[in-house]
Amino acid sequence: MIPFLKNAVISGTPLTFAILGAMYNEKAGNLNLGIEGMMLLGAVAGFQVAILTENPILALLAAMIFGALGALIYAFLTVTLRTNQSVTGLALTIFGTGLSRFWGKRLMGTVLPESFSRNFRPVSLPFLSKIPVLGPVFSVFLEQDLFVYLSYLIVILSGIYLYYTRFGLNLRAVGENTAAADASGINVTLYKYVHILIGGALCGLGGAYLSLVYVPSWQDNITSGRGWIAIALVIFTSWSPYRAFWGAFLFGGLDIVGFRIQTLNLPISLNQHFLRMLPYIATILVIIVGAIRKSTSHMPPGNLGNPYFREER
Amino acid sequence: MQIIKREGTSTKQIIMIRLIAIIAAIIVSGIFIVFLGYNPVKVYVNMISGALGSKIRFRATLLEMVPLVITSLGILVAFKMKFWNIGGEGQILMGAFGATYIALFVDWIPKPLVIPVMFIVGFLAGGIWGIIPAFFKANFGANETIMTLMLNYIATQWITYLQYGPWRDPDLKGFAKIANFPDHALLPKVFGIHIGLIISLVLVIIISWFLRRTKRGFEISVVGESVSTARYAGMDISRIIITTMLLSGGLCGITGVIQAAGVNKTLTMNVSSGYGFTAVITTYLSGLRAQRVLIVSFLFAILLQGGSYIQSALQIPQAAADVLQGMILFCALGSEFFVNYKVRFRKNSISSEVK
Repeated sequence: MIPFLKNAVISGTPLTFAILGAMYNEKAGNLNLGIEGMMLLGAVAGFQVAILTENPILALLAAMIFGALGALIYAFLTVTLRTNQSVTGLALTIFGTGLSRFWGKRLMGTVLPESFSRNFRPVSLPFLSKIPVLGPVFSVFLEQDLFVYLSYLIVILSGIYLYYTRFGLNLRAVGENTAAADASGINVTLYKYVHILIGGALCGLGGAYLSLVYVPSWQDNITSGRGWIAIALVIFTSWSPYRAFWGAFLFGGLDIVGFRIQTLNLPISLNQHFLRMLPYIATILVIIVGAIRKSTSHMPPGNLGNPYFREER
Repeated sequence: MQIIKREGTSTKQIIMIRLIAIIAAIIVSGIFIVFLGYNPVKVYVNMISGALGSKIRFRATLLEMVPLVITSLGILVAFKMKFWNIGGEGQILMGAFGATYIALFVDWIPKPLVIPVMFIVGFLAGGIWGIIPAFFKANFGANETIMTLMLNYIATQWITYLQYGPWRDPDLKGFAKIANFPDHALLPKVFGIHIGLIISLVLVIIISWFLRRTKRGFEISVVGESVSTARYAGMDISRIIITTMLLSGGLCGITGVIQAAGVNKTLTMNVSSGYGFTAVITTYLSGLRAQRVLIVSFLFAILLQGGSYIQSALQIPQAAADVLQGMILFCALGSEFFVNYKVRFRKNSISSEVK
């Protein structure tokens, strides 16, 4: 069980980044369907720089920059030029998928140098796994590579940023009621741009985890739909960075359970395809239950997906 | 700098703005192609000739256009109502699923009736997949964008389950595939193209007429414009949302039937292959007009077909076409702004205010 849970954390890591990336977009009131595209841009850019420089920091930086560049196109179109968010997001996914495939053609079959991969071996925190009962539990989360630790760090920082800083409060105001935020003197355009770009950078990191650590080589469509799953999971985890982590962990587990289900000898026969439907069904149920109860907690930001034109109030 | 809403942009201006957008896209993509070490003029010429250069290629382009047209019509009906249906993929797959059930597992239907029944069942199966989010939207106000998106994945897993499980063709050992349709369940051909092309053209006319000339079609636009107006007018909003999504999902379902029975000859994941998402874009670019859907879908079909041609002709990865498609989309979307708004630069704000 412990190795399985450990792998669930690893398989959930790209999702953690992508969910957080989508979450920042949505907190700013933008439903960005370009997550998959930004992940792929980050994945291919990170891989290219890793091959060229063998430097992990530069590789992650490149992934973030290219994810953010994709987000910049999206932000310019939706915020400045006021285009339809869904359509622009879809266009970004088409663009990112195409560009990564084109670029990746030259990277196909290239192997990451040993000096690079060495940086992403699991690092265990020595004393924690020696604790009698809790040790194995800790080891699930704390015998991972540095990239996974980075995801923990970003989850915690995002929580602090959103709930305990003025910027986070302003950001939530922009997403909940853009006109009121604007009237209270918040620079709506700036907030939208900054957080859409942060979101894009995080999606880029999520993609880079796949191409640099999880797979680790280049293949077409390396994200295989994780960007879309992330959009579902933002809702499933109701826009909370902490729940985002657990949602990614759960789905990371579901993602690898298909390979193991035959060997587990479960008392009831569960079909892996039905198992994989569960998160989506759960997401739909969350939306329906939320809509029936008209609850305001666990609900999307009030102005999610609505364009904001100051002149048209 | 000031942004002003344009009042009544003339058709001439709109065409100019669109042309500039397309030229901008071609130039930006051209720079990109040069950067990758190819000659952009050669690439463009090959794309056009790959899509239109011969009878066979033109046929392939038309075949690519059919699913885009029909799916776009389905999406258009929903978008008219401001119901953001991005579940075309799932609705296509479920339509194909319904048709496949009739084609492979029902043997009591007289052979000449099999194809009509496949269309009816496919329409209903896709329609049901559209009704599910419509029901919850109509009654509880649940967000339809997310629900339709989720239903795509459920449909995908369902088809994969059938392919690897109960519907797997036992005659093919070691290869998970659903059996091919019998001959009487395959679409007949006219001039070398399956009848899906004719169906798509007829549907354009029907939907255009339906939206402009019928009471039901008018009701859809009213709900889309303002739910409260519709309510004051005494319309049954819940019923309108649900029946419209039956039509929207049903049209996508018909795409599924055509792709399964006309192109793939069986039920596979290739039946949808992104048409549900591409159609969102073609519908949007058509400005929600049924006839323009035909034009936009044809242009997209050229792009898709030309893209797969340059792969074989110039050894340029097909993905180049996706990049080009993305660039054109960005420019086309961005041009929307200049159609709707005017940017005015001014030095003295008071003097222009007085005017």
